Amino acid sequence: MTDRTGREVFLRGVWEENPVLVQILGLCPTLAVTNSVENAIAMALATAFVIVGSSALVSLVKDYIPSQVRMSAYILIIATFVTVVDLIMGAVAPAMSKALGAFVPLIVVNCMILGRAEAFASKNRLLPSILDAVGTAAGFSIALLLMGGVRELLGSGTFLGLQVMPHNWEPWVIMILPPGGFLTLGAILMGMSWWWQRGEKKDEAVKPRRWPHGVRAPEERRPEMVA
Amino acid sequence: MSARGRKGPPGAIGSQPSSLLLVGTLGVLSVVAGIAIVLVHGWAQPRIEAHQAAELRQAIEEVLGEPQRYETRWVVDGKLLDSLPAGVDSSAARPVYAGFAADGHMVGYAVPGQKPGYQDVVKLIFGYDPSTRKVLGMKVLESKETPGLGAKITSDSAFIHGFDGALAPIDGVKHPAQDPHQVDMITGATISSTTVITIINRSLEAVGPALGGAHGGEGP
Repeated sequence: MTDRTGREVFLRGVWEENPVLVQILGLCPTLAVTNSVENAIAMALATAFVIVGSSALVSLVKDYIPSQVRMSAYILIIATFVTVVDLIMGAVAPAMSKALGAFVPLIVVNCMILGRAEAFASKNRLLPSILDAVGTAAGFSIALLLMGGVRELLGSGTFLGLQVMPHNWEPWVIMILPPGGFLTLGAILMGMSWWWQRGEKKDEAVKPRRWPHGVRAPEERRPEMVA
Repeated sequence: MSARGRKGPPGAIGSQPSSLLLVGTLGVLSVVAGIAIVLVHGWAQPRIEAHQAAELRQAIEEVLGEPQRYETRWVVDGKLLDSLPAGVDSSAARPVYAGFAADGHMVGYAVPGQKPGYQDVVKLIFGYDPSTRKVLGMKVLESKETPGLGAKITSDSAFIHGFDGALAPIDGVKHPAQDPHQVDMITGATISSTTVITIINRSLEAVGPALGGAHGGEGP
């Protein structure tokens, strides 16, 4: 951990351990609010604020929180940031707040955020924790924008509300409905699998995927931790 | 960045900290979180309310065709009152907004109404001229209808403008609408379209007689 540069910590969240595309975390907002690019941007910004704020705070107070209550403490910190975001959004961007509706309060249960608090911020100093959070937030944003871009383009024929497709394009309404979310995510994950496996020969043994940083593979976990 | 060089968290695996420490930690955190939320809430709440008021004002202007000014009136027990009488629960009264043109004559009333739609409650406001029994305009304020289908009640301008000048009570029909009581519904969004029409009709049943004009009986 010590030899990791800030750049590596940041880039890991963006690509190598992208929260949505690799770790498959935070799928609820990924599927629910990506029916337009605008919603995706708003959700990405709100989540970024929460994850950076909570990771920074967890990293600062980690020495004072007994490990027995750390989860409750982290959730409390995350929930506070989410409530703050919800209120600020209602005050400065009412249209956005209306569009995202219940999904802003639901950022609390985005396991990606608790995941970063537990796997990284609770073990690292402030700066690396912030970098890690910013990287993860960037990775999350990329995934949301990919989803939102594809779904809005096919489902409404627009990008950020601007008509892109020719006018005789019949929008695929299903793409902005929930099934469209699953279809798009499936297609993107398929593309990701192809990307990771490109160049590997067919007869080569399948390499086990690396576990995300801070998570031990099952065989490395000490028995007392499993119990 | 490893744990070396700093003391471990109190109650690291192996030792058992007192319950008091655990409860105290969460207690202190909760108090700090509470204070933070109260402060932000104090800052944000007036702004959120201002946005809602602005949104309502804009909606009233839209459905009444840009009146010069409007006043809030209340319908309580079938009577139109200028102000909410003391002792009456505001949930038992329905607000209506009387719009006035520049020369002082009344354009009509903006009437808010709501009803569950396909997914969640649909809230809308519509303009109504009691002297002619005409709906002047309709605007959906809040809805969570299906994107691409039911959500068209907020965006389909043919549907929305179908209400302009429609005679109450309104009847939703398949295209084309033939008499002034009829409006075209949206294909694929029957429930949402019907919800909008039902909200308007029910609201008029409730407040229509109090607004006066040509009211009194069933139909023209």
